[in-house]
Amino acid sequence: MHFGFDDDQLAFRDAVRELLEKECPPAAVRAAWEAPPGGLDRTVWDRLTEMGVLATLVPEEADGLGLDERSLVLVLEEAGRAALPHPLVDTAAVAAPLLAGTPGGEGPGPAGVPDAHGIGMVATDLGGPYVPCAADADWLLLRDPATGALHLVDPATVVLRPVDTVDGARRAAAVDWQPAPESLVTDDPAAIELALDRGAFGAAAVLVGLAQRMLDMTVAYVCERRQFGVPVGSFQAVKHRLADALKELAFARPAVHRAAHSLATGAETRARDVAMAKAMASDAARFVGRQALQCHGAIGYTVEHDLHLYLKRTWALAAAWGDAAWHRERVARALGV
Amino acid sequence: MDLTWTDEEEAFRAEARAWLEENLAAWYDEHGGPENIRSGDTREGFAQHLTWERRLYEGRWAAVSWPAAYGGRDASLWEWLIFEEEYYRAGAPPRITQNGIFLLAPTVFEFGNEAQRAHVLPRMAAAEDLWCQGWSEPDAGSDLAGITSRATRVEGGWRLDGQKTWTTRGAFCTHLFGLFRTDPGAERHRGLSYLLVPLDLDGVTVRGFGRLDGDEGFAEVFFDGAFLPDDAIPGGVLLGEEGEGWRVAMATTGSERGLTLRSPGRFLATAQRLVELYRERPSPRLRERLVDAWMRAEAYRLFTLETVTRLAGGAVMGPESSINKIWWSELDCDLHEIALELLGPDAELEGPWSKGWQFALSGPIYAGTNEIQRNIAAERVLGLPRR
Ligand SMILES: Cc1cc2nc3c(=O)[nH]c(=O)nc-3n(C[C@H](O)[C@H](O)[C@H](O)COP(=O)(O)OP(=O)(O)OC[C@H]3O[C@@H](n4cnc5c(N)ncnc54)[C@H](O)[C@@H]3O)c2cc1C
Repeated sequence: MHFGFDDDQLAFRDAVRELLEKECPPAAVRAAWEAPPGGLDRTVWDRLTEMGVLATLVPEEADGLGLDERSLVLVLEEAGRAALPHPLVDTAAVAAPLLAGTPGGEGPGPAGVPDAHGIGMVATDLGGPYVPCAADADWLLLRDPATGALHLVDPATVVLRPVDTVDGARRAAAVDWQPAPESLVTDDPAAIELALDRGAFGAAAVLVGLAQRMLDMTVAYVCERRQFGVPVGSFQAVKHRLADALKELAFARPAVHRAAHSLATGAETRARDVAMAKAMASDAARFVGRQALQCHGAIGYTVEHDLHLYLKRTWALAAAWGDAAWHRERVARALGV
Repeated sequence: MDLTWTDEEEAFRAEARAWLEENLAAWYDEHGGPENIRSGDTREGFAQHLTWERRLYEGRWAAVSWPAAYGGRDASLWEWLIFEEEYYRAGAPPRITQNGIFLLAPTVFEFGNEAQRAHVLPRMAAAEDLWCQGWSEPDAGSDLAGITSRATRVEGGWRLDGQKTWTTRGAFCTHLFGLFRTDPGAERHRGLSYLLVPLDLDGVTVRGFGRLDGDEGFAEVFFDGAFLPDDAIPGGVLLGEEGEGWRVAMATTGSERGLTLRSPGRFLATAQRLVELYRERPSPRLRERLVDAWMRAEAYRLFTLETVTRLAGGAVMGPESSINKIWWSELDCDLHEIALELLGPDAELEGPWSKGWQFALSGPIYAGTNEIQRNIAAERVLGLPRR
């Protein structure tokens, strides 16, 4: 029994953290709000690609890193901490292992698609009807509404209807498209189920990172902001809110780490564990966000302050890939109630 | 990360499970069936539970994590967790020896001298000496440093004056461990000493009284110039140095909140019983809350596995244990509250859920109230400024 990470996993996380601190500061997230469809800056994405992050779950034989979700989970937490606008969950957690044909996946993908490690940027509607970064992606992984089968589609062949979402950096669009036999990746229900679980798990990990960021920002702010001659963080009402934020996050995180383990080991309880992770991470991140906003006061209620970048991503991801209630329903079924 | 148990650990689990099954059945038989077992917080029930504690001791299950020399099994923290899971899974009774084994013993291991260890620990494991915790006083609850009970140096020992209260099972115990002011000139946290006190001294009066559930689980303990000889306990009655009582006592609160007081097994077992209750009396209105509570019990297990992994890697338990205490105590209330709602009109009947609910309600109060824990988490984990 060892419920922790090894030195390699931690070093991988640290390298990604360092990169994102440099290449994905709040200004980069703001830029993603502003850039026109198709115009998302790829500097940080290219660096992540070079580091092999996108191919974390791709086997070494296919030129991937040959790692599993236990390595990816920490990286996704970092993506959350940075509110990385690019579709890392869609690409690295869902599409790459699916196309690489790792256990459960059918792969390799349709003809004409590059190897999984060179897949580029993939965005998917598996997490919900609004595809993030749809106009920026190199490929779209889409679910045939009639059969549930997954197709890998060239964005040039579809019609995108951009939608206004609460988080502008989601850059989301609805997709009108026609499934064709050539684009079919898999219609194996087990592979589709696994892809959905990987996405929900990925979103849960990102939510943990977002929550950590909001908590850190708020702690720093309440230590600095003075009212009545003292830092507002010395008021007990503020302390208790943040203690509760810390608690909710501290107990959601191991649930997400366990989901990583269950995915990596193909555990029998995988579906239940992923559902628990997504439910707890969604609830915890939204809770932390509420406390963060309240403890910032009006400054947090502006678009000039950075808090909203993380808060709105939290709302978006809490609702995507199945919200907390939907995943609690899955856990209920696993418990037989 | 590897969430599987070794063959040895699985064997340990199997051994514990088999022993518990056999011995619980035998213990129930001894008392004419489980329905005749009363609460361990009543005089009669305490005596019944003592026979259970002695069985545990004879099977060497009373304090699994202790060295064999003191009556334990040298079990690792992992094995301790496994034992606790099996213990509550089997529905074994609450440990009336708990305050000694889980709160005093870690302090004796850390601060006691060899003679104290050799005397106190085996007798504690064997339930020959029964220890209660004497910290709170009528005017010192959350503000523990405000205690006024005094221990005055006299020839060959100490003279004790003052009063302790809320002492769990004090009326049935033989000994008390607690904090006394040994330097009347020193203020607050200074000048306190940690003493080991037999309760049969002249000048000590113990009065038991009813808790919320009516059981005589509380006691107040009066010290009226009682003489506590230095040799009342081999190795001495002082645990740690004179005047160092605060530091010694804080070591106990760390283990209490952090790990040993309430293992995950306890809440997993309650959550499982709640799931079973739901299956018998489903109520769609409560389904999401049930799932949420079950997940929080499971999350507590996972959090603990993470903690033990860190401790096994050489880390020490820090102030983060404060959020742990808030988590399990609020979880326990929720689990029982949901059960009572499922029971509907039957909730008002006396029974295990109603009894458990009343006890769960004390969780946010004892072992440092949850408000105090939130202060600790905010100030010492998050680093928010003190006032
Ligand atoms: C079932 C049970 C068993 C117990 N067993 C023992 C035992 O064996 N031995 C023993 O010594 N004691 C025992 N206690 C006592 C327990 O330790 C105290 O109840 C606890 O420390 C709180 O003290 P108090 O009850 O005096 O409450 P108070 O300290 O008077 O607090 C009253 C209220 O004020 C709040 N409050 C106090 N200070 C602050 C603050 N700084 N910030 C915010 N809120 C604050 C508290 O959280 C609480 O809500 C037991 C209590 C219970 C309920």
